[in-house]
Amino acid sequence: MKQLGYGILIGISLVAPFVFPEFRTQLSFLWVMVIFALTWDILGGQMGYNSFGNVLFVGVGMYACAVVQRDMGLDYFSSLFIGVLVAGGLAVALALVVGNALLDLRGHYFAIGTLGLGVAAGEIAGGWDFIGAGSGMVPPLYPGPLDSRDLFFYFQLFAVAVVLFSTLRWLYGGRFGLALNAIRDDEDKAEALGIYTTRYKTAAWCLAALFLGVTGGLLGNVIGFIDPKDVAFAGSTFGVWMIIMVITGGKGTLWGPVLGAVVFHVTQELFWTFLFGWQRVALGLLIIAIAVLFPQGILGWVREHWPKDADTMGQAKSDSQR
Amino acid sequence: MSEILLSVRGATKSFGGVVANQDISLNVAAGEIVGLIGPNGSGKTTLFSSIVGYHPVDAGSIVFGDKEITHLRVPQIARLGLHRTFQQTRIFVGMSCVQNMQISAPLSQSKGPASLFAPFPVEATEKLEYLLAFVGLYEKRSLSGGELSFGQQKLLEFAMALMSESRLLLLDEPTAGINPTLIDYIVNRLRTANDEFGVTLLVIEHNMHVIMNLAQRIYCLAHGHKLAEGSPKDIQDNPKVIDAYLGAT
Repeated sequence: MKQLGYGILIGISLVAPFVFPEFRTQLSFLWVMVIFALTWDILGGQMGYNSFGNVLFVGVGMYACAVVQRDMGLDYFSSLFIGVLVAGGLAVALALVVGNALLDLRGHYFAIGTLGLGVAAGEIAGGWDFIGAGSGMVPPLYPGPLDSRDLFFYFQLFAVAVVLFSTLRWLYGGRFGLALNAIRDDEDKAEALGIYTTRYKTAAWCLAALFLGVTGGLLGNVIGFIDPKDVAFAGSTFGVWMIIMVITGGKGTLWGPVLGAVVFHVTQELFWTFLFGWQRVALGLLIIAIAVLFPQGILGWVREHWPKDADTMGQAKSDSQR
Repeated sequence: MSEILLSVRGATKSFGGVVANQDISLNVAAGEIVGLIGPNGSGKTTLFSSIVGYHPVDAGSIVFGDKEITHLRVPQIARLGLHRTFQQTRIFVGMSCVQNMQISAPLSQSKGPASLFAPFPVEATEKLEYLLAFVGLYEKRSLSGGELSFGQQKLLEFAMALMSESRLLLLDEPTAGINPTLIDYIVNRLRTANDEFGVTLLVIEHNMHVIMNLAQRIYCLAHGHKLAEGSPKDIQDNPKVIDAYLGAT
């Protein structure tokens, strides 16, 4: 039953870009949103550390990849491949350094501490000539027709999302997931049981950074222009969306962020199409409606009303979890 | 007497100008049940926190087994098999009882980054079910910690300590805020755990009836000093202890 469900979802995802060729870019963005939501939930949902700075890793990945593509002097695909690896690696390295300083903060202090990250990075990038300063960077052109370019990046992002989801599904089913939940519920108690909480926190933060960096590298190529504040370190769009999507879908669950990302992305696109000029207002109202009507997110609401169904729905943990 | 498991020598701890512990020494032998009593504010919980590494002592030394633990940190000490429970009872409220127990299982010996992702050992499942049954929570195993009553949370916290293979367990008021029937049950479980699993217990307790029956030896603190030590009988007859509780001098 479960296998069948996954099979159908993967089947739809593989066929979608061919059935709706005019929506290919939108569909690619859908996977980006899924990755954003899933990575934010690692810390924000499972571990109870609300980060406003995850967009830092997206931007760093974007620039790192673009610089490799520009300066390595290799053919397009080789340099993109290396660029994405460097993007992920650099994001993890940065997460180690920043995490060392920030992960000792708890609760609201952590949230406030991370708030500055994206803003500071945007300012720095905007003044650094090596990466184009305020005028940004343009990644090299894809060698081929536009059609195949869109398809290429769609499947790249789809693959990243699938790998991320599978990794998290495995991790949340084992000791790692429980340790994150324990830190969320009572960090002092977790330490008193002999759990090295700092290691788990750092590992979780680096995991999020890895996938955000890789995605950032690809995303820069999808968008085709890297602006320091509006694209790379876009705290007021990507940075906020990550959080809204997770809250919409349901914090601290495996499927919640995925669900939230789909709902959010679709409504947002509908607003752009049908309410142009008012799309931001509509989005704001939607956020308020979610916060008031579904404080536990869609999955949390479903679980409240039909506890059994929600537990069978992709809950990786062996026993019922609230 | 068998070998000394915990030895505190001249522990002193002050917060600003307040001296919470002054030159306190005590011994706990393996397999013993030792009581720690004293009026409110006499420094019992402070001493517990110093022992488990929550805050280091200003002077003195603490030895567990044959290892000096005075300057180790909380998780390091916990991994040696020295755990505490909390006065306010701390469990993971968002996780089921089973998950609470799973995360309490000690890590396999493998160290390094890989141990973060290690799976649960198979025999752990059997053990955690046995221990949940031991404290009478087997039927409630899929409830989340937050859904349990206060007394049940205390029992779960105790089972978690057993799960993590405590050699010495420091219990901070295990019967505070519990109804009399459940108190008897908890005392019975503590004694059985001591017998069956050989867990050594150091217990802070205000309920004199409980501690006089449970402990083999008792230390009494007052105003941060060690006031008396001895068998329950000695302590009960000690005029200094009576004065400390009733407020004379």
